[in-house]
Amino acid sequence: IMCASAKYNTRGPALIPRMKTKHRIYYITLFSIVLLGLIATGMFQFWPHSIESSSDWTVEKRSVHDVPVVKLPADSPIPERGDLSCRMHTCFDVYRCGFNPKNKIKVYIYSLKKYVDEYGTLVSNTISREYNELLTAISDSEFYTDDVNRACLFVPSIDVLNQNALRIKETAQALAQLARWDRGTNHLLFNMLPGGPPDYNTALDVPRDRALLAGGGFSTWTYRQGYDVSIPVYSPLSGEVDLPERGPGPRRYFILSSQMALHPEYRLELEALQAENGESVLILDKCTNLSEGVPAVRKRCYKNQVFDYPQVLQESTFCVVLRGARLGQAVLSDVLQAGCVPVIIADSYILPFSEVLDWKRASVVIPEEKMPEMYSILQSIPQRQIEEMQRQARWFWEAYFRSMKAIALATLQIINDRIYPYAAISYEEWNDPPAVKWSSVSNPLFLPLIPPQSQGFTAVVLTYDRVESLFRVITEVSKVPSLSKLLVVWNNQNKSPPEDSLWPKIRVPLKVVRTAENKLSNRFFPYDEIETEAVLAIDDDIIMLTSDELQFGYEVWREFPDRLVGYPGRLHLWDHEMNKWKYESEWTNEVSMVLTGAAFYHKYFNYLYTYKMPGDIKNWVDAHMNCEDIAMNFLVANVTGKSVIKVTPRKKFKCPECTAIDGLSLDQTHMVERSECINKFASVFGTMPLKVVEHRADPVLYKDDFPEKLKSFPNIGSL
Amino acid sequence: MQTRKKYIFLTFLASWLLLFFFGGDQLRRFAFFSGRKAEARRSWPRWTDQSLLKSFADPEELQRDGDPSLLSPRERRAAWLSAYRSSRCRMETCFDFSRCERHGFKVFTYPQERGQPVSETYGKILSSIERSRYHTLNPEEACLFILSIDTLDRDHLSGQYVRDVDEKIRGFPLWNGGRNHLIFNLYSGTWPSYSGELGFDIGHAILAKASFDTESFRPGFDISIPLFSKEHPQRGGDRGWLSQDSVPPKKKYLLVFKGKRYLTGIGSGTRNALHHIHNGHDIISLTTCKHGKDWEKHKDTRCDKDNVDYERFDYQELLHNSTFCIVPRGRRLGSFRFLEALQAACIPVLLSDGWELPFAEAIDWGRAAVVGSERLLLQIPSAVRCIRPERVLAFQQQTQFLWDAYFSSVDKIVHTTLEIIKDRLSPHRSRSRFLWNTLPGGLLVLPDFSTHLGDFPFYYLQHGYSPSKKFTAFIRAVSQAGSLSQPILRLIQAVSGSQYCAQIVVLWSCEKPPPPSGKWPQSAVPLSIIQGRGKLSDRFFPFEAIQTDAVLSLDEDTSLSTSEVDFAFLVWRSFPERIVGFPTQSHFWDAEQGRWGYTSKWTNELSIVLTAAAFYHRYYHSLFTEYLPAALRELVDGLAACEDILMNVLVAAVTKLPPVKVTQRKQHKEGVAQQAECRDGAAGTPPAGQRSPSAPRPAEGKGSAGSRSLSQRQDCLDQLADWFGYMPLVSSQLRLDPVLFKDQVSVLRKKYPGLEK
Repeated sequence: IMCASAKYNTRGPALIPRMKTKHRIYYITLFSIVLLGLIATGMFQFWPHSIESSSDWTVEKRSVHDVPVVKLPADSPIPERGDLSCRMHTCFDVYRCGFNPKNKIKVYIYSLKKYVDEYGTLVSNTISREYNELLTAISDSEFYTDDVNRACLFVPSIDVLNQNALRIKETAQALAQLARWDRGTNHLLFNMLPGGPPDYNTALDVPRDRALLAGGGFSTWTYRQGYDVSIPVYSPLSGEVDLPERGPGPRRYFILSSQMALHPEYRLELEALQAENGESVLILDKCTNLSEGVPAVRKRCYKNQVFDYPQVLQESTFCVVLRGARLGQAVLSDVLQAGCVPVIIADSYILPFSEVLDWKRASVVIPEEKMPEMYSILQSIPQRQIEEMQRQARWFWEAYFRSMKAIALATLQIINDRIYPYAAISYEEWNDPPAVKWSSVSNPLFLPLIPPQSQGFTAVVLTYDRVESLFRVITEVSKVPSLSKLLVVWNNQNKSPPEDSLWPKIRVPLKVVRTAENKLSNRFFPYDEIETEAVLAIDDDIIMLTSDELQFGYEVWREFPDRLVGYPGRLHLWDHEMNKWKYESEWTNEVSMVLTGAAFYHKYFNYLYTYKMPGDIKNWVDAHMNCEDIAMNFLVANVTGKSVIKVTPRKKFKCPECTAIDGLSLDQTHMVERSECINKFASVFGTMPLKVVEHRADPVLYKDDFPEKLKSFPNIGSL
Repeated sequence: MQTRKKYIFLTFLASWLLLFFFGGDQLRRFAFFSGRKAEARRSWPRWTDQSLLKSFADPEELQRDGDPSLLSPRERRAAWLSAYRSSRCRMETCFDFSRCERHGFKVFTYPQERGQPVSETYGKILSSIERSRYHTLNPEEACLFILSIDTLDRDHLSGQYVRDVDEKIRGFPLWNGGRNHLIFNLYSGTWPSYSGELGFDIGHAILAKASFDTESFRPGFDISIPLFSKEHPQRGGDRGWLSQDSVPPKKKYLLVFKGKRYLTGIGSGTRNALHHIHNGHDIISLTTCKHGKDWEKHKDTRCDKDNVDYERFDYQELLHNSTFCIVPRGRRLGSFRFLEALQAACIPVLLSDGWELPFAEAIDWGRAAVVGSERLLLQIPSAVRCIRPERVLAFQQQTQFLWDAYFSSVDKIVHTTLEIIKDRLSPHRSRSRFLWNTLPGGLLVLPDFSTHLGDFPFYYLQHGYSPSKKFTAFIRAVSQAGSLSQPILRLIQAVSGSQYCAQIVVLWSCEKPPPPSGKWPQSAVPLSIIQGRGKLSDRFFPFEAIQTDAVLSLDEDTSLSTSEVDFAFLVWRSFPERIVGFPTQSHFWDAEQGRWGYTSKWTNELSIVLTAAAFYHRYYHSLFTEYLPAALRELVDGLAACEDILMNVLVAAVTKLPPVKVTQRKQHKEGVAQQAECRDGAAGTPPAGQRSPSAPRPAEGKGSAGSRSLSQRQDCLDQLADWFGYMPLVSSQLRLDPVLFKDQVSVLRKKYPGLEK
């Protein structure tokens, strides 16, 4: 079975077998012809099809009243009541879902029928607008299949969103006669208004045996954790009223209650709050003297004042969502839409999508007993947090409440995550609003570890043909105690590396890899030969670093393994005249980059550079033969959100900038090019990830008045 | 030959292309059209009258969902109390919240009864509770009660089984039907069904149990705890085994298992199938039939061969060298393997259907383990192969974080249990799921301090916040002279000169009243004075007056320049979770004496930054005062100079990272002798040696103050290491200097020339 795993373990560019040029051209021509042919075929085959299919094949021009009628005999079987002990491993047939490389469950929808009893009376309304929207959304999603044999989950077209709109026994009989019912195994029912008078159960009363229930208004006693899905009660107002998002911040009222049919006991408690805290609390009720034609649902009143609903919700920081006869309330959706922080007072209520959503970020849950303390509880919440909750509330509405489609897809995704847990959507993806996703970083090396010193580091020397200088670098670097291996990346295709006997004899293994093309990105390839976590990237002309300096650099890297730790530091500046970024290599008091002509970093960043570099940066660098170090600085700062660490004092590096072309001096064109790189990368990353700092790392006793021979790293700073 | 082939191929392709260009239309119509039509995806129809469909509920019905004739809310809650009991308990029906209101969350352990020995493990649990900051000796103020009867092993065939628990419990006057009681259990039921049977009626008590099954688990009420062995350490605990992050994971094996194969009985379904996925190459799944007394009776044909293979591999070696570890159910749902794999950074692949995972109320296991299905065992190899290497790396790190935060010692397991219950008492002041699952973990984050992530030093990067741009200088004054000394005047001058200083707070720690406000120097920033209570731990009390994220902690005789302060503050903004300061000291392991050593000499390393001149986040004041148990603060108050070591130890225990030293102009005074002096005169001498008889009485002579304080600090370090169960301090070899510090460049170019004098 194939999976979409990255080819991280393929060998490096050096090891791609090189075909003879003649054959290569031949194969390339062949390949492109085949490709062209395929594209042409595809165009002819599929393009016209999709137009036709959307116009007249799949869309049936029919009315819901034209669907087949099914008569249910009075004695047709009724399913068992719901089994409270059902869990995925007991009542769900996973074998239907199988292992598939996309990790997506397949969902089948039964076709629409009209059910009547023996006397021809309808069992329920055929289908509501919302349920039709929901099924359309499923049908349009990538979960959908029309092949009943490949389906993992079945969705009946029998509409049970509102229990009051159906006949319980007959609906159950209708369910039982579905083609693949099989005791309800793998069937999913959507219900938003469960129960009915007088006892208002918190889950759908229709006997449904093993079927999963996506229900609005579960209590902790009826919710089968990990089996059922708790969904919101959809508010049709969402479609009618457009409430533009309001910036977070203090609003006119602190607490608002907008529900109409509150139990008098609750209303008394709320009024007590209002009496105590004055105008910042607003308790609305239904309007008694509205003129004809004004819909009562769109107005609320306090004494003689009339307010527009739901617009009034935007005027308050917190909005009370009290339970009614049912636990789930449509007002929750309105409140979230208004960016008002819901104060949920409904003991034992299972909040919508609570399996994945972190409601503590968007709401305040207060036990019914503590209603009198509501005001002081809410006042203890810091303002900054309230603003975040307001944003979070709005985001929950946009992502999971706003339409039946959003509700349907979130429900299916939750079930999908249970079946393919190793491909599940993460907490952050479910919960972080786009603004947070954008501004936050999640460091891939988040665990605070100080790697053991014993492992040492691998020095990777990129070279072209400066053999003499290269050998000096090798000799110098080999003196560093923690060096564990030396890897020479031979980037010259026209010339072979010197014979084995000519290389300096050093105490650690020395490996040479030959590359297929003279590319700067070869320096950052995650070669299998690199067995240590720490990599020292070093140019073949950096001979001025002492062994103490390199060893100290390694020790610093061990304390900051998720950062670039390097010697020459550089800075980016905002050029106010030109309105763009500028590269700076002068003696500044700040650094934001280190050159990778001599820098330690984690091997993981090689992997990121090679496989996860955003946009076309990697190719751009290879094409321009410049700025690979700036690209690496951007990459690391972007994923970790941290600054580089420059170590030891500034040295006169013999042209540290010119890694690629020999002899190019540090002149104006070079600086312009480097500035161009910064601007280019900043636009690809969509932000400026580099962090500016004013510090560098020195040994604890550096330049202190202390005998040099007792210092661990005495030889620092000397040229 | 080659050329001819090429031409043939090219001709073929060309004709194929031509065919499609000119004959495509016909082809489609005849060959494909009819076929495609039948295959076309049948999606949900677009009804012609869909815009006319009625809504599922009319707006009135949705908004006026109430029925006054129903039970009133109060009556309903009363009805719940009687309806939802024992197996349907929830916090709102079986827990008495009112007990926790007056005194907060206090936990009472029943006194040990004579002739009623408890097992070693239960002893550890009880002692963890007694060491916790929530412990109380007074049942009157308790919110939660823990029995002294050992209920860990309820397998009635076991030697540890305690008989007649029911009778004993009924004798307790505090039992109250189990209300507000917490009962720990590791083993329940016995051969052959291993059901959740405890052998006594727990009533309304909360059950913290290992191997909990989802069916009997009362959500939001019970707590699932991990199974741990009796060797599990009381405190501290071993670190995880992951010492480096590598991508791809450089492990010899992909997936391993080594354990018993049950031939019959419960759990045998999975254990009996595990050998099928063994491939001898990167998947090692070894089982043995050899266990129990009469295994040979059930022996099947595989057994002999299996047993041979089984002996060839060492379990520890497999744990160390595998990326994933199978954690199948045993007879019961949980097994020791779970924690073993977690510690080894071997990503657990759980095959235990219906297991309520440990602390799942708080912990998001999807980030640290693969929750497999017993029924899909054969898919496991391909499923784990498909997990991308970055995700594997994240999994591995998460196992280590969780192990270290919640599982590595009995203390952590018990404290996590308590914190989860505490969070339920006031949902609006509880930890979000994010806090539980992100470093440094829920135990170290106090929701009572704040519920906003930006107020803690740990989440700046994850949430795109940054620490405040100003700091509060917090000066402890101990001089007993009636007037202000020269050093403190100079210090106030220097600190208030910093552009980043928001306010100065002086903690006046002497009996004599502070000089009147007119005597204090005029400074650009507000200055306020707090009267201390004469305790050393005062300096880390979370005073309301401190309003900024950063605190610059100072002693009155510290000598600093404005540029030193400026530079250090900028460094702190890069490391807001650490202590950043000037004079440092270090600890080392004294192999000769077999104890921790402490030195204030100049060394090449540092692990302690003196709080006589250091920046840190104000949250650490809260952590110091609220998180550490009172006993530890008493210990510090009893020793002369231990509070700053404790602060360093605490921060290191939280961050696992060393403090940061920044450039200092010249050697700072240690300031310890001064403190002792003040305490002599000021009658603030604490009852020395009460907790620690070995500690010398402070401040008897003045001659050898230096060496005496050194030995006290040494003692302090030892006692702290003992209390934490390990040595949290981490050493660093570096110091942060300004970028151009002592560089061969004109002074005019340097931002901090003053630091080089």
